[in-house]
Amino acid sequence: MSETHAQTVPFVRDTMLPPADPPIKEAGAVRWLRQNLFSGPLNTILTILGVLIVWFVASHFWDWFSHSVWNADSLADCRRIIAETWGEGARGACWAVIRERWNQYVFGFYPVELYWRPTMTFGLLFVALAPVLFSESAGIRRIVLVLTTVLTLWLMATLGAPAAWLVFAAVVLVGAILISERHVAWLLVFSVLYPLMGVWFLWGGSAWGPIMVLAGPVLGWIAWRLLGRVSALVATVAALVVPLVWWIVFAGDASRDAQGIVSLAIPAVDSDRFGGFLLSITIGVAGIVMSLPLGIVLALARRSDMFLVKTLAVIFIEFIRGVPLIALLFVASLLLNYFLPPGTTFDIILRVIIMVTLFSAAYMAEVIRGGLAALPKGQYEAADALGLDYWKAQRLIVLPQALKISIPGIVSTFIGMFKDTTLVTFVGLYDPLKSMSDAVRASTSWKGIYWEPYIFVGFIFFLICFGMSRYSMYLERRLARDHR
Amino acid sequence: MSDNSTRPIDRSQMRVSDEIAIDIRNMNKWYGNFHVLRDIDLTVHRGERIVIAGPSGSGKSTLIRCINRLEEHQSGHIVVDGIELTNDIKNIDKVRSEVGMVFQHFNLFPHLTVLENCTLAPIWVRKVPRRQAEETAMRFLEKVKIPEQAGKYPGQLSGGQQQRVAIARSLCMQPRIMLFDEPTSALDPEMIKEVLDTMIELAEEGMTMLCVTHEMGFAQAVANRVIFMDQGQIVEQNEPYEFFNNPKSERTKLFLSQILGH
Repeated sequence: MSETHAQTVPFVRDTMLPPADPPIKEAGAVRWLRQNLFSGPLNTILTILGVLIVWFVASHFWDWFSHSVWNADSLADCRRIIAETWGEGARGACWAVIRERWNQYVFGFYPVELYWRPTMTFGLLFVALAPVLFSESAGIRRIVLVLTTVLTLWLMATLGAPAAWLVFAAVVLVGAILISERHVAWLLVFSVLYPLMGVWFLWGGSAWGPIMVLAGPVLGWIAWRLLGRVSALVATVAALVVPLVWWIVFAGDASRDAQGIVSLAIPAVDSDRFGGFLLSITIGVAGIVMSLPLGIVLALARRSDMFLVKTLAVIFIEFIRGVPLIALLFVASLLLNYFLPPGTTFDIILRVIIMVTLFSAAYMAEVIRGGLAALPKGQYEAADALGLDYWKAQRLIVLPQALKISIPGIVSTFIGMFKDTTLVTFVGLYDPLKSMSDAVRASTSWKGIYWEPYIFVGFIFFLICFGMSRYSMYLERRLARDHR
Repeated sequence: MSDNSTRPIDRSQMRVSDEIAIDIRNMNKWYGNFHVLRDIDLTVHRGERIVIAGPSGSGKSTLIRCINRLEEHQSGHIVVDGIELTNDIKNIDKVRSEVGMVFQHFNLFPHLTVLENCTLAPIWVRKVPRRQAEETAMRFLEKVKIPEQAGKYPGQLSGGQQQRVAIARSLCMQPRIMLFDEPTSALDPEMIKEVLDTMIELAEEGMTMLCVTHEMGFAQAVANRVIFMDQGQIVEQNEPYEFFNNPKSERTKLFLSQILGH
């Protein structure tokens, strides 16, 4: 105060105050407890009540949980061990069922000697996802890819994969690590090819099928390039029609002929042998990957100025959202056969994937529409004023921001959809929660076991869904542009 | 009246040519039943600096937003650089890439860096190679005196800096006409000057400019014509000296006494 002339009325500061540290708070656990748990009478009562409820639940559960048995041949065996160890009348968890039947929960009825194939497919999934999910953080990508490589190769070797396939997987995985360090974008080629590759690895059979499917877009692209000189409209139509015609009319015969000339087949596995988490993850991943782009298109269509486009989008979204998923699954399993030409076999898992995709795409569309609506009008105007056309404005300005806003909703939809894959039990597929547990209980040794399988399956679902949720939080932090 | 110019203005390049940049004839616009622009006739020659003033709700912003078709007019003609604005999307995009616009609330793209904001349209609309677009962008960022902010995101800049980036972003498209829609209205008084200085510099280089603004100091220093609008119509237009010292209509006199008289 000595420099300021406080005694006079006109005031001039002749030295500026230096910035000072904020006062040091009393730190420590006691202060935290007092502030957060016992700040007042009501808060204290609520804290005590909460502790009592937790204690009540945990003490009941603890008894059962602490008496866990991991080694037993049957439920009766389990009960005997529990009675012998902790006395007559003691309750205990019989995890031995998981130990004995884990393979069914993971792979369903997939042939045991081919377990390595879904394992490899799952490992390569992370290679396909790495450039998409972790495009900007080389560090996380490196950790994910190295872990994937080690685990996948180790599991494949343990499960008895043939040496040739081990080498293949090793080349792809190690190659991915190397490419990821230099040119991440190149990995996207693998991401694009992965769906067809994955289908072939899982279902097996001739590789010519997926190759001929892949030939569709290639032919479409060639048609587009050739006709591009004639007219843009003709070229676009051709690019869409040529692949369709190819797939419907020629692809089947072509792949059969090619297989006749050069055999590229691995043992085929039917859809009815899929089950457990293999089934859930197959349907879930396919649904997630396809429903996001479809949802974006539907959301844009619903906001379109074109009456017909908008109306169709509204009808589709409202219809799908108004109908239970189970009803759609029944349509997939029963009704679809009536609409298709007789004799066409249309894989049940594929049908279910289509229905699940449509279902979550409708929800996705609404979530993304919310993000689109949250963008200030000025963003659209600035894009217009710079001369960007509709699609460029959407792709460069609107969608990056709208999708960022919608991340929590999008991931919620993904999580919901992944859990909904258990509903395929109603169309006769072996989901891990209901059908697989029923199948396990059908054997005499595990008859009557309820809690353990449900808890186990619930725990795995939780791990996967919690992972997705954490990823969404990571992504939100990554994309934050305000305070840096 | 606030005088924001600190140095004498160089009028050597500020010549008005005979070439017509914008020609508006009998233009009318309605919002529903509300007649927001009534019989607008306005011819802008290349190199003109026009300030549009008027009370709020008088249609000034709507008028300049019609020039790049952010708003649609319902009757009459608007011809920009020889291209008539109709429903033809190709023409609209062509006009928009020739006409730069600066908004009251900047409307920078928050998910892109300053540099990316400036290079986006040249790369995607003009098909300029990235390297070249970045060089051009840096040149304009230097011109608006914030090249050191090129790697930052808009949210990290002050309002005045953001508006200067917005001006640079428009200039990167090398427009022949610039529209300013109340560019300083959302700024703190200390930041208004830095934006006006940038605009004055542009005027000195001979840019055709239409500015909706309440900065009457800027109008007197830079404009060669001031247009006063009320109730969707052009009430009076004149060169600045006459406009401020010898207004003809009662409405203009009232408006000027209200904004200059305190």
